[in-house]
Amino acid sequence: MKFPLSWLKSHLDTDASLDTITDTLTRIGLELEGVEDRSAALASFRIAHVVEAVQHPNADRLRACKVDVGDGTLLSVVCGAPNARTGMKAVFAAPGAFIPGTGITLKVGEIRGVQSAGMLLSAREMGLGDDHAGIIDLPEDAPVGVPYVTWAGLDDPVIEISVTPNRGDCFSVRGVARDLAAAGIGTLRPFQPPRIPPVFEGGPHWKIEWPDACPWIIGRTIRGVKNSASPRWLQDRLTAIGLRPINALVDVTNFFTIDLGRPLHVFDVAKLSGDTLTLRPGAGEQMRALNGKDYTLTAEDCAICDAAGVQSIAGVVGGEATGCDETTTTVFVECAIFDPVRIALTGRRHQIVSDARQRFERGIDPALMPDAIEAATALILELCGGEPGPVTQDGAEPAWRREATMRFRRIAELGGSDIPADEAVTSLERLGFTVKARDAEQVTVAVPSWRPDVAAPVMLSQSPTLPAERAAKAAEGCGPIEQECDLIEEVLRLRGLDAVPPVSLPQATPVPGSTLTARQQRVALARRLLAAQGLLECVTFSFMAHQDAARFGAVPESLRLTNPIAADLDQLRPTPIATLAMAAQRNAARGYPDVALFEIGPEFDLTAPDGQRLVAAGVRAGATPRSWAQASRGVDVSDAKGDLWAMLTALGVPLEALMLTTDAPGFFHPGRSAVVRQGPKTILGAFGELHPRVLAELDLPGPLVAFTLNLDAVPDPKRRKKTAPDLAPFQPLRRDFAFLADTAVAADAVLRAARGAERALITGVSLFDVYEGDKLPEGKKSVAIEVTFQPRERTLKDEEIEAAVRKVIAAVAKATGATLR
Amino acid sequence: MSDDLQALQSETEAALSAAADLREWDAIRVGVLGRNGKLTALLRDLGKAAPEERRERGAALNRLKDALNTVIEVRKADLDAAELDRRLAAERIDPTLPPRPREVGLIHPISRTIEEIAAIFGAMGCTIIEGPDVESDWHNFTALNIPSWHPARADQDTFYLPAQGDQPPPVLRTQTSPVQIRTMLTQEPPIRVIVTGRTYRADHDATHSPMFHQCEGLIIDRGMTLGHLKGCLIDFLRTFFGIATLPVRFRSSYFPFTEPSMEVDIGWNRRTGELGGGGDWLEILGSGMVHPRVLANCGIDPREWQGFAWGMGVERITMLKHGMTDLRPFYESDLRWLRHYGFNPLAPTMLHEGV
Repeated sequence: MKFPLSWLKSHLDTDASLDTITDTLTRIGLELEGVEDRSAALASFRIAHVVEAVQHPNADRLRACKVDVGDGTLLSVVCGAPNARTGMKAVFAAPGAFIPGTGITLKVGEIRGVQSAGMLLSAREMGLGDDHAGIIDLPEDAPVGVPYVTWAGLDDPVIEISVTPNRGDCFSVRGVARDLAAAGIGTLRPFQPPRIPPVFEGGPHWKIEWPDACPWIIGRTIRGVKNSASPRWLQDRLTAIGLRPINALVDVTNFFTIDLGRPLHVFDVAKLSGDTLTLRPGAGEQMRALNGKDYTLTAEDCAICDAAGVQSIAGVVGGEATGCDETTTTVFVECAIFDPVRIALTGRRHQIVSDARQRFERGIDPALMPDAIEAATALILELCGGEPGPVTQDGAEPAWRREATMRFRRIAELGGSDIPADEAVTSLERLGFTVKARDAEQVTVAVPSWRPDVAAPVMLSQSPTLPAERAAKAAEGCGPIEQECDLIEEVLRLRGLDAVPPVSLPQATPVPGSTLTARQQRVALARRLLAAQGLLECVTFSFMAHQDAARFGAVPESLRLTNPIAADLDQLRPTPIATLAMAAQRNAARGYPDVALFEIGPEFDLTAPDGQRLVAAGVRAGATPRSWAQASRGVDVSDAKGDLWAMLTALGVPLEALMLTTDAPGFFHPGRSAVVRQGPKTILGAFGELHPRVLAELDLPGPLVAFTLNLDAVPDPKRRKKTAPDLAPFQPLRRDFAFLADTAVAADAVLRAARGAERALITGVSLFDVYEGDKLPEGKKSVAIEVTFQPRERTLKDEEIEAAVRKVIAAVAKATGATLR
Repeated sequence: MSDDLQALQSETEAALSAAADLREWDAIRVGVLGRNGKLTALLRDLGKAAPEERRERGAALNRLKDALNTVIEVRKADLDAAELDRRLAAERIDPTLPPRPREVGLIHPISRTIEEIAAIFGAMGCTIIEGPDVESDWHNFTALNIPSWHPARADQDTFYLPAQGDQPPPVLRTQTSPVQIRTMLTQEPPIRVIVTGRTYRADHDATHSPMFHQCEGLIIDRGMTLGHLKGCLIDFLRTFFGIATLPVRFRSSYFPFTEPSMEVDIGWNRRTGELGGGGDWLEILGSGMVHPRVLANCGIDPREWQGFAWGMGVERITMLKHGMTDLRPFYESDLRWLRHYGFNPLAPTMLHEGV
């Protein structure tokens, strides 16, 4: 909402400075967005008299002018405008001035042999509009030498505030003035337009067929008008707030929209068919609106129709066919109240943003309508002449009167502020509330017609899961508390919330308990652990391009945005590995192919609770760093598995109980990946190398390995006390075994068999070599393990050791068919 | 001492001095003290001496043996030291060689800020809760007193998913506030919770991202006033930004789910970007007393319970705290940016170590 200071002062009698006014606006909830002082950029431009304008001797399209700027000397100025003529008054820019419309700083120059010591300006060059047909042609009486901004009234700062959705009344200059007056900034000027009696009968009349959409509508015919340009004061006000003056009748409607927050519409009676304007639901008709666009009305839109069809989308935008132009001689003024919800939905349905919609959907002052039609009549008669017809109407003023009660103690109990009852009541009265009843405990006030937000009918949408009794009790408590909150807010607002003393939150317990749940602690640990493993944490978007997402898993349409901001951000990702892989690709494209990235975030899957699960996923791409101390190598699956295993260990998952299966998602290399399972049902995660096809499709240089862990599936670690550790006093014994096994035998099977061979004695089995090659028979590999035997009672005798070694060999052979090499 | 003994001592000492290494030294030692050594021979011959001579010569030989033992061992120590010096000289390396590379990972600034939020509000007795990114229209809007036609809906450029059946289409949550609703439906007051998570709005430029993070707070208790709201947020902001005197301003505003509502500004210098002073105000979060309709929608009787709520952008306060100017790199995963702004995983936020 924008308005020049002078417009505000037409409603508010005040000596307050601009700063005081703007500070107060912000304090009372009408946040200042900015103050535009248009005069600053134009301050040096003066009104000049063109004493002479003759044809330039050397150029057909130029004129050589002699210009008097009021200091007694005549300046030579070359001007290209077709309207430059002897005797006119124009706006002059001297050398050195900056021209806002062109961004040029003027210099004295010579144009085709004639000196030019300045410039005569068009509106566009001053940044005051689009008009560049010629230079500004000022009236005869414009005073030479006076700064143009002073004469034109542009030294009038334009204030812009943001109006919150509840304060439709402040989408008007008068509403802002009223709030400022209530806050102690001056006095609101009275507004009592006199009744103008009709001098003739007849004209169009209203017929409401849809009272839910339009409870009350007023109209008035004025005939014999001359609809030319508005006078300058009106044009200036509209221009100042960014509206384009059109013609007097249209400008009057725009004026009252801003001045009183009261949208009006004007029909050219000559263009109407029949004399009845009907308000009814749309029925698929097409209408070309005043904005030049065509709209098809639905049965949910309120249409204003004459005998020929739809002429206006009620409360949103008027039709072009019956609009007023310079040929209009008889005008019919519309002043109505429409259902805010229907206006909002119609506006959204047709994507029409208009000043009228903005006000109607926030609620219009229903009591203002009779005054508004009189004020509009008076202004039209003043600007366009003519004679007034009768005020015609259909429907009736809707019931808007409401009362609200506030208990004085609640100002402190809710608002935390000790405001005396008298002061609270005075604040409400200054805002237009009238006291209906008051005692020591509470006050009951009548709500003014322009405040639909206060003590509004309570509309609840309670959760269907609530027990009926509880829901009813809560609903019953809402009404009285809400209206009390409304009033307390008004009282606090006018005083400023800075006046409320802050109080630190009282401690609920002397030492607070854990802030994070067990799962959240797991997540925090996983994050620290992965970073400590050398991976950089990323935050990537939850959505990505549908076709890219499809390479990484299921992409159901129900997880595809219907209104994505860009085509490449339309599908909720099936795994963060997808967005991390693309991050790796971007880094490679920037010249950094070696990355280790992880993310803890959601992946979306319709089979998960709420359609998503929290995962920790990571990718490593490229190679390990080159160093004099160790050779660089490409990342491999073992790196990804190592990251995952480190995380599982830190999270307390017993690794020996895990099972690996080879059914990893299709974006993994089928032979270089695995799914990690805990028990038959729980899938904890997966790791592997990315499928070469996916790498090629994403233009990724290989290798790229990845892992993912479903943090929702990791069980809470058991918090039982640890048993005493087994610290045997005897040295352990280590023996190496090399087995010859079929290449298909899993290393893990060898390790498990060896470990299980003599549980009481064997405390560790590790794999230190795997070899396949021409020294071995075809289809065979060598698996070399080290087994640790830990004696507990006494040192082992040779034959005991021999027996244990034989058990290991036998167990491995039984489990895998492998033989000792 | 007889001459022959004197000669043996001098000869041995000279030979030891000339010994260049332990091998030569050992040959000398054996030549004197060994089984066939010269001194050993003299000792062996002692028995042949006349008895009156024997005692005196025996004593002299023993003295000589002690003396030679000493010089031999001293010489060994010298040679050992020289040998060690030679080895140390040979083993010299270049200590300026870089160590074996160890890759360091870092925590993203968004995670760090959420951790700090949790630490500070945790000290005030709040717990952290989370909720789904895909929300029902009811949770995200209607329950929060934003009915379908409400102008506030137009302010939040909502992402929609396809409608299922005759239900309104699900949305990507535009705010973390729906988790407030979920909490009030499952938890009895008093409530002290913080919600953090991803939020989504259809907006994309240097200061808006289609995905961003919010932090939301909800305190419901008997006797919670607007004064507590102010105290709680002032305490948080001053701790988070580490400025004990940070100016904080509360302005009346409007949100559908709170009443009274207010926006909160902090003092800063618009020109330098420095927080704390400078006379300018920067909007940082929205807050208010929970609207009675929101309480009632969740089955909480507003006559009995009241409280306050607030919401703020995690990226926004992160940028302000660390002087970052562009929002977009937060989600770009550019190694260089991550390394520049990332946090050490082994130094997590802990109040006793300072936020």
